[in-house]
Amino acid sequence: MSDLLANLPGRHLEAWHYTDLKALKSFAFAAPAPAAIDSALLPDLAMNRIVFVNGFLDEALSVLPAWARLSSHEATKSDLPLAILNAQHRQAGIAIDIPDDVDAGAILLISISQAGAPIALFPRHRISLGRNAKLTLIDIAQGEGVYWHNPVSEISLADAAQLSHYRLQDEAEAAFHTATIFADIAASAAYESFSLVLGGQLSRAEFHARLGGAGADIHLNAAQLLAGTQHADFTSVVSHDAPHCASRQTVKSVLAGHSRGVFQGRIEVARAAQKTDGYQMNQALLLSPHAEIDSKPELEIFADDVKCSHGATIGALDPEQIFYLRSRGIPEPEARAMLIRAFIDEALAPVTHDQARALLERAIEGAWSKLVS
Amino acid sequence: MLEIKNLSARIDDKEILRGIDLVVPQGEIHAIMGPNGAGKSTLSYVLSGRDGYEVTGGTATLNGVDLLAMAPEERAAAGVFLAFQYPVELPGVGNANFIRTALNAILRARGEPELDAVAFLKRARAEIKRLAMPEDMLKRNVNVGFSGGEKKRNEVLQMALLRPRIAILDETDSGLDIDALKIVADGVNALRGPDFSALVITHYQRLLDHIVPDYVHVLANGRIVRSGGPELAHELEAHGYAGLEAA
Repeated sequence: MSDLLANLPGRHLEAWHYTDLKALKSFAFAAPAPAAIDSALLPDLAMNRIVFVNGFLDEALSVLPAWARLSSHEATKSDLPLAILNAQHRQAGIAIDIPDDVDAGAILLISISQAGAPIALFPRHRISLGRNAKLTLIDIAQGEGVYWHNPVSEISLADAAQLSHYRLQDEAEAAFHTATIFADIAASAAYESFSLVLGGQLSRAEFHARLGGAGADIHLNAAQLLAGTQHADFTSVVSHDAPHCASRQTVKSVLAGHSRGVFQGRIEVARAAQKTDGYQMNQALLLSPHAEIDSKPELEIFADDVKCSHGATIGALDPEQIFYLRSRGIPEPEARAMLIRAFIDEALAPVTHDQARALLERAIEGAWSKLVS
Repeated sequence: MLEIKNLSARIDDKEILRGIDLVVPQGEIHAIMGPNGAGKSTLSYVLSGRDGYEVTGGTATLNGVDLLAMAPEERAAAGVFLAFQYPVELPGVGNANFIRTALNAILRARGEPELDAVAFLKRARAEIKRLAMPEDMLKRNVNVGFSGGEKKRNEVLQMALLRPRIAILDETDSGLDIDALKIVADGVNALRGPDFSALVITHYQRLLDHIVPDYVHVLANGRIVRSGGPELAHELEAHGYAGLEAA
């Protein structure tokens, strides 16, 4: 896979101005080989599950319903450099097809990477919901060692379909994670998404969502909890192509140590997309003088009757609030954790599924030690 | 018993407390009155351990334990409670969760069993009823969108649930109308007993009509310049603080 790193997007591209992939060039990534994992690595969730280990479907650990199967489908064409790389090197991914009017409940999609030597993974997943279909997808990425996980997910929601997509990026400390998610959302359909970013030395989640029918609705929320020298980038392009659609983005970054967060959010409102309701908020909490946030909200509006707002705030924990909590008997690390948890709370609003909520809360709990020590 | 001996403290290079001597025996309520800038709030912050104050001399102990050597949360576990003049808003933190976390931290520090959510809510609801407060007080975020009176009532609710040995009320009457003042005073009076003492810091006498203190001390220019019974508060109300600094 030596040609792999020749076509990486460089910082001269505007979309990659804040995130530099050159660290990938220090490694000679090999194609992955199947590996066995301990089932104890899987979260305790009572639901169907799709388990990928090093990019291979683990059939023994997976519990696949009729509407999910392994698939090496054609990649939809894209001009995004990482999606092109994914298409060139793509591995089989999951194909989910929920028929019209079916409420498919919840399913876990977990990708576990076990890298002895550096490996690169290029799964391509496709998730399609028919008219009025429903699904909750809990999407976890984790692993050990040095690896580059570059998944692409193609999501398409037919009229009035509802997908709740909860992503937990909990990759290994030394890992690279660059996910691209395409979402095509038809009339009155809803895509509810929350990403929790905890792991990886360098990561990016890039959403390209198109609201293509009247009354389509999208929530793209995220919380990034970073420490050390971690770098995480949340990039979104939401295209309002139809009238009466709503998009909501609340992205919170909590940055300790020398970590760096990036937010690039772009809302495009086409001429036809009258009565668009767009909202975008990016807030960063800097826990250290060495942490950095780069925030770039963009609005591009061609319709004349729309409501679009965006905002960005950057702050630190308030010493008055910490003292108030400590004066009530709460030790300082716990006080700081409470305030950080409160800071990201708003981003968790789309997480209405109980098991997903509990899983994410536990993952957040597990991140305190790196943030408040 | 709270025992303060020759306590001096400064902020930056400014000497604020200049040798305070004060003893509040267990079970008693003492008031500290004084003009603006006398050092009243500084005393409450130094006792509760807020950053930014440097103790330059003297001691403060609670039942013989050195308060000044402890972190704020350790003082709370030892039984100190500060009712803030300006209670702090905590967006995203539910009030019930906040008070339960505080109570359990204190219980844990004392080696006592913690309360689960159900047991806590039962106790909190009983307290709310006793204090004639609205039940939604527990469900809201801490002090967010509370009126001035509600914030002070929330301080009293926390105090009632955390059961301190010594409560320091820093200008709790400021910004309160008479009805809110009565509710706050009733809350404090309900805690009166042999195991509870309080230091009521106020600029005005009117709070002391509702929380009748055992003793009144006058703080001026960083020192206690006069002490007396509750009648001293009325005297100050009639004649003001003028002339006391020289006493």
